[in-house]
Amino acid sequence: MNDILKDRLRDLAETLQEAATKASEIGHAIADTATQSSTYTAGLSPFIVGLTVFVLAIFVGYYVVWKVTPALHSPLMSVTNAISSVIVIGALIAAGQDLNGTAKIAGFVAIILASINIFGGFVVTRRMLEMFDSKKKGN
Amino acid sequence: MCVNSEAFLYLVASVCFIMSLQGLSSAKTSKMGNLYGIVGMVIAIGTALMGSGISSYGFIVGGIVIGGVIGTFIAQAIQMTALPQLVAAFHSLVGLAAVFVAYAAYQAPEAYKIGTIGNIYRASLIEMTLGTIIGAITFTGSLVAFGKLQGLIKGKPLSFAGQHLLNAGLGGAIFLMAAIFVFTESHLIFWMIVALSFVLGFMLILPIGGADMPVIVSMLNSYSGWAAAGIGFTLHNNLLIITGALVGSSGAILSYIMCKGMNRSFFNVILGGFGNDDVAGPSGQKAIEDRPVKSGSAEDAAFIMAQAQNVIIVPGYGMAVAQAQHALKEMGDQLKKMGANVRYAIHPVAGRMPGHMNVLLAEANVPYEDVFELEDINNDFANCDVAFVIGANDVTNPAAKTDPTSPIFGMPILEVEKARTVLFVKRSMASGYAGVENELFFRPNTMMLFGDAKKVSEDLSKSLHNA
Repeated sequence: MNDILKDRLRDLAETLQEAATKASEIGHAIADTATQSSTYTAGLSPFIVGLTVFVLAIFVGYYVVWKVTPALHSPLMSVTNAISSVIVIGALIAAGQDLNGTAKIAGFVAIILASINIFGGFVVTRRMLEMFDSKKKGN
Repeated sequence: MCVNSEAFLYLVASVCFIMSLQGLSSAKTSKMGNLYGIVGMVIAIGTALMGSGISSYGFIVGGIVIGGVIGTFIAQAIQMTALPQLVAAFHSLVGLAAVFVAYAAYQAPEAYKIGTIGNIYRASLIEMTLGTIIGAITFTGSLVAFGKLQGLIKGKPLSFAGQHLLNAGLGGAIFLMAAIFVFTESHLIFWMIVALSFVLGFMLILPIGGADMPVIVSMLNSYSGWAAAGIGFTLHNNLLIITGALVGSSGAILSYIMCKGMNRSFFNVILGGFGNDDVAGPSGQKAIEDRPVKSGSAEDAAFIMAQAQNVIIVPGYGMAVAQAQHALKEMGDQLKKMGANVRYAIHPVAGRMPGHMNVLLAEANVPYEDVFELEDINNDFANCDVAFVIGANDVTNPAAKTDPTSPIFGMPILEVEKARTVLFVKRSMASGYAGVENELFFRPNTMMLFGDAKKVSEDLSKSLHNA
C-alpha cells in the first residue's frame, strides 16, 4: 500500500515536473515573442513613423489652408514662413553641443538665419493683421 | 526631460501651428492665429533647449538675439508695397538655414544621434541630402525672386536655347552626387551637391517673368516647408515633419490657386513659357496703336464719376508700384460721400504675391466688406456705372474670353468691359506683362487716363471735391 502510494506520488511528481518544464518553456516562448514583438515596434524604421506623420500632416494642412480666406493669403505666407523656421531646433542642437566646432559654427549661423525669419515673420504678420483689424474698427 | 515628455511638448507645439493656420480662416480670428504661432514657437524652442545634449548656451542666445533684432527691425521698417520681396527674402533664409542644419548634422552626427562621423545611418544621409538640396534650391531661387521683385534683376523672362536641357542635366548631376554621397559621406561631394543645387535654384527661377512671381513666391514657400520636413526626417523630429508638411501643402495650394487664376498649368509657369518670344511675339507686335483711343483728363473722368451710382475699382500691380492705395482710398471715400456705392474687385493674381492687393487696401483702411474676390463680384460689372481700373491690365483683357489665339485665352478675367464706362488708369499704351494688347483700350465705352496711378487718383479726388 505504502509502496503503491510512493510510486503514485513519484509519478505525479514527475508529471508535475514535466508540466512545469513545459510551462516554463511556454513562458519563455511567450516572453520571447513579446520581446521580439516589442523590438519589432521599436525596430519599426523611424522613417516609416515619420512618413506616417508627414502624410497625415499634409492632409491636415490641405484642409486647413483651403479654409483660409483669400484676403488673408499674404499673412498666410508670412506666418507659414515664420513657422517653417522651426528648423531652428536642429540648429540649437548643433550650437549647444561641444563635440564638433564646425557644427557649432554652422548651428550658430543657422540660428541667426532662422531667428531673423521667426521674429521678422511674426512681426510682419502682426503688422498686416492689424491693418485688417483697424479698418474694421474705423468703420 | 525624458524623451516622451519632449515628444509630447512638440506635439503641443504642432497643434499650436495648426491652430495658427486655422485662425487665418477669418479676419476676426487671424490675430489669435498669429499668437498661436508665436506660442507654438516658444514651446518648441523651450523644449529643445531643455532637451538632452545641449551643454552650452552662449552661441544659442547670441544667435537668437542677433537674428531677432535684425528680423524685428526689418519687419517693422518694411513698406507694405515691398511685402512680396520681403517674403521672398525670408524664404531664402529658411532655405539657407536648412543647408546649415544639414551640414551641422553631417559634422556632428553624435549630437543628433544619427551615428558617428564617417558612419552615419544611410537613411539619415538620404534625408539629410534631400533637405540640403531643397534648402539650397530654395535659397538661390528665392534670391532671384527677391531680385526680380526688388527690380535688381530684369523682370522680363530670361530664356535661352537648351535651358531645360541644362536644368535637367543639373538635376541629374545632383541626383548622382547625392547617391555617391550617401555611400561615401565625402566632404567634397557634399559641397558639390550644395553648389549644384545653388546653380539649379538660380536657373529655375531666372527664366520666369515678374508677373508670374505670385506662383513662384508660393512655390518657394512650399519648398521651404519641404526642406524643413526633410530636416525633420533627419532629426526624427515629428514637430519639424508636421510643420514642414503644413507649410509645404500651404504653399502648394497657393501656387495652385495662382495658376488657376491665370489658367495655366504649374509646369507651364515653371518652364517659363509665358512671355517667350514665340508665344507673345506675333500678337504683341501686331497693329499697335493704329486704332483710335479715347483719352481724358481727370476733370472728364470726375464728371463721369460724379454721376455714377455704382463704382467698382479694380486695382493691380501698378497701384502698388505707384503707392497709390491711400490716394485711391481717398478718392473712393469722396465718391461714397457723393452717394455712390464703391466696391473693390480683386483678381487672384493681381499684384506680386497672393493677397497682395488685399493687404495694400487694408493698409489704406479700405473696409474689409468693400473688397470682393473675382467670383463674388464679376456678375455685378454688368450693372455698374463705372469700372475704375488702376494698375491692372491683363486681368481685364476680354481677349481671354474671345480670342483663342491669345496667350492668355482661358484666363478668368474681371469683366470690366460690361460696365457702362471703363476708366483705365495707365502710364502709357505699352502692353501688359503677357505682351498682349488689351482690346479694352479701343472700346467706345473706355476712357484712358494716362498718368501715374497716385497722381491720377489725387487729381480725381480734387476734381470730385470741386464738382
